[in-house]
Amino acid sequence: MIELVDVRKAFNQGRPNEFWAIRGVSLTVDANRVTVLKGPSGSGKTTLLSMIGCLSRPTAGRILFETQLLSGLPERFLTAVRRGTFGFIFQQFNLIKGVTVLENVMLPAYPLGGPRRRLEARAHDLLAQFGLAAKAGYRVEWLSGGEAQRTAICRALVNDPRVLVADEPTANLDTQLSRDFMGIVGDLRAAGKTVLLSSHDPEVYDSPVVDRVVEMRDGRLAGG
Amino acid sequence: MPIWLQRQKYLIDFTLASLLRRRAKNLGLLLVYALIVFALASVMLYTHALRHEAAHVLAGAPEIVLQRMVAGRHDLIGEEHIARIGQVRGVQTKAGRLWGYFYDPAVKANYTLMVPPDREIAPGDAIIGAGIARTRGLSAGDYLTLRGSDGKAHTLRVAGLLDARSELVSSDLVLVAEPFFRAFFGIPAGQYTDVALRVRNAQEVRKVAEKLTLLLPDTRPILRDEVLRTYDAIFNWRQGVVAVLLLGAILAFVVFAWDKASGLSAEERREIGILKAIGWETSDVIRMKFWEGAIVSLTAFLLGYLAAYAHVFLADAALFEPVLKGWAVLYPRFALVPTVDGLQLATLFFFTVFPYTVATIVPIWRAAITDPDTVMR
Amino acid sequence: MLLNPAVLALLAVSAVVTLLMTLAAAFAVRVLRHWDITSGSERQLRLERRTYLIATLVAFCCGAEALSLLLFVYNAEAMHTQFVGAMCATGVLNVNRWGWPTLFLQIAAFFAGAVWLTLNRLDNQGWDYPLIRVKYGLLLGIVPLVAAGAVVQALYFLNLQPDVITSCCGALFSPDSAGVAGEVAGTAPRDAAVALGASGVLVAGSGAWLLRRGSGGWVFGGSALAAFLVALAAVVSLIALYVYEHPHHHCPFCVLKAGHDHVGYWLYLPLFAGAALALGAAAVAPWRGVPSLAAAVPGETRRLTWLALAGFGLFYAVAAWTILRSGLTMVGVWW
Repeated sequence: MIELVDVRKAFNQGRPNEFWAIRGVSLTVDANRVTVLKGPSGSGKTTLLSMIGCLSRPTAGRILFETQLLSGLPERFLTAVRRGTFGFIFQQFNLIKGVTVLENVMLPAYPLGGPRRRLEARAHDLLAQFGLAAKAGYRVEWLSGGEAQRTAICRALVNDPRVLVADEPTANLDTQLSRDFMGIVGDLRAAGKTVLLSSHDPEVYDSPVVDRVVEMRDGRLAGG
Repeated sequence: MPIWLQRQKYLIDFTLASLLRRRAKNLGLLLVYALIVFALASVMLYTHALRHEAAHVLAGAPEIVLQRMVAGRHDLIGEEHIARIGQVRGVQTKAGRLWGYFYDPAVKANYTLMVPPDREIAPGDAIIGAGIARTRGLSAGDYLTLRGSDGKAHTLRVAGLLDARSELVSSDLVLVAEPFFRAFFGIPAGQYTDVALRVRNAQEVRKVAEKLTLLLPDTRPILRDEVLRTYDAIFNWRQGVVAVLLLGAILAFVVFAWDKASGLSAEERREIGILKAIGWETSDVIRMKFWEGAIVSLTAFLLGYLAAYAHVFLADAALFEPVLKGWAVLYPRFALVPTVDGLQLATLFFFTVFPYTVATIVPIWRAAITDPDTVMR
Repeated sequence: MLLNPAVLALLAVSAVVTLLMTLAAAFAVRVLRHWDITSGSERQLRLERRTYLIATLVAFCCGAEALSLLLFVYNAEAMHTQFVGAMCATGVLNVNRWGWPTLFLQIAAFFAGAVWLTLNRLDNQGWDYPLIRVKYGLLLGIVPLVAAGAVVQALYFLNLQPDVITSCCGALFSPDSAGVAGEVAGTAPRDAAVALGASGVLVAGSGAWLLRRGSGGWVFGGSALAAFLVALAAVVSLIALYVYEHPHHHCPFCVLKAGHDHVGYWLYLPLFAGAALALGAAAVAPWRGVPSLAAAVPGETRRLTWLALAGFGLFYAVAAWTILRSGLTMVGVWW
């Protein structure tokens, strides 16, 4: 489904502090599977994830989503692809403070401009599905860690993306909540989503719902 | 609802919510902004209303006033002059006028004494302007004594007060009967201060004035339009001077707005990063910021303009009346007729909203191009 | 020189707009020099982000230009009391030889800006920004236009001498006076009506052709421009007479006054919008052949064409309504 061919990414290109975060990764991510990028911090997991998720562009190499070449697209079009195809769950949850749970969930759909009524109904459905129906009107700073993450999951799903990308999703959760999260990942897979995770938490990469673990080290695939 | 409209609605809703969330920061900006609008709008509304007032007063004035000049100075004009105007074509009516100034040492003020052409006043009676009535504490039925040119005291009975509606010019007016006027100033019969001419066709005024200067070389015609033009120029000029003075304030405001717009808090930066990460495009963020600017501008503009309106028309421009008006000791205390026009609003817009927007374009763009992957680092 | 706030505002705005446009052009040059859409480098990313700034600057300048056009006319109207012989904006524009050129340059700059924004909008829909050279080249052409407008306007205001006796609409737009204005005013109302009708048919026809075939954008743009000029002439030689209900009053500005129900806005706004949209359609239509725009061009052209036709339609409707409603009857004289 997603194919990476010799992808490289440099930061501060052409300056003395030039740094190659990714140094030639070729990888295929299959549809409807749970794939985990595993490795120590600084191994390039997050950078790779952000390129796959269209948050940034590779300096060299090609990224294909099905038949569409993503690597050459300007930001404007990457955003359009990202909006419809990828949902993100961040390590810090990254909810917007001072705004209600419901509105946080609806935010990714604003630039699409669909009818408000339908959008609200969809957000309420998602919140109900994740046990947050009662919290829709709460401000996000009043939520517990688990609730905040589930809100973030709802937000990632509001545009009905085919791929979910989660960066270190369990870093701020205790063991029980981490297991709950992996349970949700299993449900999403069952619902037909492709899930891509980065983690160095055994709760994640040893979880039974994971189909494939890709190890990274120093911007390359370990052993690859 | 079309998609683009719904999208703008979402953006506006979100922007309004964010503005309210950061109330403290935005309130400061709003206040300074509104203050700038208030200052400029007050000047404009005030001078515009004064100009309007002057035009209103002059609307009833004669098209041409003819003065006799002796050695470059204004002198009395005799009946024989009026007769010589004779049948200049286009002149509808001609009449000698009697008016003059009188300095009243009691209140250290100048009065304008005048024989009204259109109303009869009994000899010994006077109708006085509101300014005089105020300073001398007079009302109808009281007596007013003035020292004439012959050194004797002349007493007038106040028969009534002038309508306060156009107090700008009538404030210091004393209307008296012709015999009283001649006796008081010692002007012989048959002599007048000047001559008022009525010309029906506005296009002919210049032609008539030209003929008059040829016919009576020792006279000077004063055209109503010229006076009006001079007034306009003076008011515009005063407005311009004040605007130049306020330019400094506007520049300071621009710097302030630039600073506010570029000094994003870490919280705001993070917010924009999140929005971009979850699928907002750079132009969406620019559009959101544009709506933010529009909302702030509109609010400040309305607040400032309404405050200026209240200041000028309800509080009689208490703050700068002395600067822009004061030319007499007898302060006219008149209620200005509220006037608002498109030119004024457009000018005000360009002096306030335009600089604000210019100051914020680059900071907005800088904020909007935040890397979408910042939130993952 | 007359010091008044509106004049100050206009001078300041034109200076700032010129500055911003120059800035945008400088950025555009830099973008053009290093542009490489196939590169994933950080520099290319920075350049791509610059394009947002350029577009924002141009959009802002175009809006400011349109508003200052309005302010310019308002101000000319308001200043008529300060010039002997001026009874409305026409007289004030006649005070020196820079008045009319200022107005025309501002109108031209507005149209150029509008066309650029349409082109930019189209380009933003092609993933490889295929028109980047075309549009930034065009931008470099617009800057001198804007700068010329600013300079001419400054000359106009600096050379305003209040003691000059000017001639107003009565003299300028009278059939006896020499020059273009006199000739426009001297056009027989019947000829003007025929020209107005013919140009309207031309616009409608070429618009329909463009809608149906998707080609002939230039023809539509050309006819719209011609119709725009004919319409302006017709306002002077025909429509104004019916607005004022006076067979010899030709002024194109007095129609904006409250005394005539602001009918001028209803004439000019749709006309200007229609012409700008039609020029936009003309600029968009020829790019069907570009692969990355093939999907966007037909829809965009259709939308712009429909909107342009609506603008012109509204103008013609208001013009017809003005003539029919008017108390001036010239049946037997002109018709």
